[in-house]
Amino acid sequence: MTTTVERPPVQEEVAPAQRGNKVGPALLTVLTWIIGIGFFFPILWMVLTAFKQEADAYTTPPTLFFTPTLDQFAEVFDAGIGPYLLNSLFATVMSTIFVLALAIPAAYAVSLRPVKKTQDVLFFFISTKMLPVVAAIVPIYVVVNNIGMLDNVWTLIVLYTAMNLPIAVWMMRSFFQEVPKELLEAASMDGASLWRSMREVVLPVVSPGIAATSLICVIFAWNEFFFAVNLTAAQAATVPVFLVGFITSEGLYFAKLCAAATMCALPVVIAGWIAQNKLVQGLSFGAVK
Amino acid sequence: MTATVERPAEIVPREPVNKGREGWVRRAPLLPALVFTIIVTQLPFLFTIWYSLQSWNLVRPGSQQFVGLDNYVNVFTDSQFRGVALNTVVLTVGAVLIAMVLGLAFALLLDRQFRGRGVVRTLLITPFLITPVAAALLWKTVLFSPTYGLINFVLSPFGAGQTDWISAFPLTSVMVALVWQWTPFMMLLTLAGLQSQPHDVLEAARVDGAGSFAIFREITLPHLRRFIELGIVLGAIYLVNTFDAIYMMTQGGPGTASANLPFYIYQRAFLGFDIGQSAAMGVVVVVATIIVSTFALRLIFRSFQEES
Repeated sequence: MTTTVERPPVQEEVAPAQRGNKVGPALLTVLTWIIGIGFFFPILWMVLTAFKQEADAYTTPPTLFFTPTLDQFAEVFDAGIGPYLLNSLFATVMSTIFVLALAIPAAYAVSLRPVKKTQDVLFFFISTKMLPVVAAIVPIYVVVNNIGMLDNVWTLIVLYTAMNLPIAVWMMRSFFQEVPKELLEAASMDGASLWRSMREVVLPVVSPGIAATSLICVIFAWNEFFFAVNLTAAQAATVPVFLVGFITSEGLYFAKLCAAATMCALPVVIAGWIAQNKLVQGLSFGAVK
Repeated sequence: MTATVERPAEIVPREPVNKGREGWVRRAPLLPALVFTIIVTQLPFLFTIWYSLQSWNLVRPGSQQFVGLDNYVNVFTDSQFRGVALNTVVLTVGAVLIAMVLGLAFALLLDRQFRGRGVVRTLLITPFLITPVAAALLWKTVLFSPTYGLINFVLSPFGAGQTDWISAFPLTSVMVALVWQWTPFMMLLTLAGLQSQPHDVLEAARVDGAGSFAIFREITLPHLRRFIELGIVLGAIYLVNTFDAIYMMTQGGPGTASANLPFYIYQRAFLGFDIGQSAAMGVVVVVATIIVSTFALRLIFRSFQEES
């Protein structure tokens, strides 16, 4: 009790001042909610419209209450979104697997067993992201055309792998740096094999990083449009390309468009919602753990 | 913190082994990624340079011939190209900065304890997750549409009538859609920064009688700096390549009023089939990007130096 005497009296003044001011925080909370709902509202409206009949989608003022229907989704399936969804899924999953297969050893090399010039290599990777994609699309198109790989989903897989690899190397590197070096050294002194020390020391530390990196790769690959629209047609096109074609053919039907857009965006939105914390870890390049 | 800033330019100074076999054994895991990246991302640029020295139109077979720097002369005398380049700068800088200011403001609002915080954060990050093509469609039809759009409906008490926002303000409309998509990204980064602040320092400042604004300016902002820099650099990398939103919302029009360089070069290559000309533009863009990104790289570099 005697120690409290030593405390500066300032603290006691601060507390009542904070208590007296309760309206401010409440207003800020309300403001935060309004902003959150406002930002989300266009998406909510898109999803609501997707469940409307076309007649309800076109009213002014807009209808809030209506009988929900799945007709529009059925029509989008009838229009043949299925194969496009499969292409997107295949391109996304395969490119993410390739990115991880290349990025994990690379990140291991630059963080746990560095050699000279490691830093140059890291900056080489990130510098490739800075070069505008559009400057490469012409030769890519010509080469892909010459080797008969236009409209082939594997072309997209190779390009998406290259697109996500630099970011993945940087992210994985930041997670590998968390591995306690002492433990690794101790393991190798005990005569543990490389494989065993990887499994028992490295993997537990970096596996959240692998999840975060995968999520970012999945988001960018699923949402990619530029390569897909320029290099694919009927066979290998992905969902964003389907959506664009759908606008051309069904441009006047709001509800149907919203249903198609919802189906295009939904998988990634749900993945991102579930793994929000991974998203933060990944996007901050591991600056946040 | 201060000690690390002084460090020489080396991220990983640990036991640099570079001799003989040991060095190659250490390098081996790096090689597949490195070779793959060089082949897929660097080789095309060499071809781009080669094509840029040719007159080559795909619709005229056999038209390919070496013309030296003619294409570059055309690029620099093309007044549309200059306008489009300016659009690119305006769009990128505008969208990045506005998104950053809004993102920081939202992050400050979210960095408090209140009911439903997780839900609001979830709502706020969703625009970043939405497929850009779907987001652009959403803005074009659901929000900006002159007759049925929500924006005109909300503004109708103020006499907005049936403004066709995209026709009237094409570049601004695209920018609004981009800001909407990228604000969550900036918010997530700065929020992560805010939450990694050392609490004892904040507490000490408060005890010393510092006001909220002084604490924000003197402690929070310097701490957030590298998160803000990282957000600006990453945002700029992606936004300078904006294609989807322009393709969907305006097709670069009217004329080239809302086209940026990626869209303009795409038009020249895939609608005009002018390979030589579009390759020359690509090279000019790459050179400009290298100049800008040298500064950007330095920023990222400093951020990560402080981290490690």
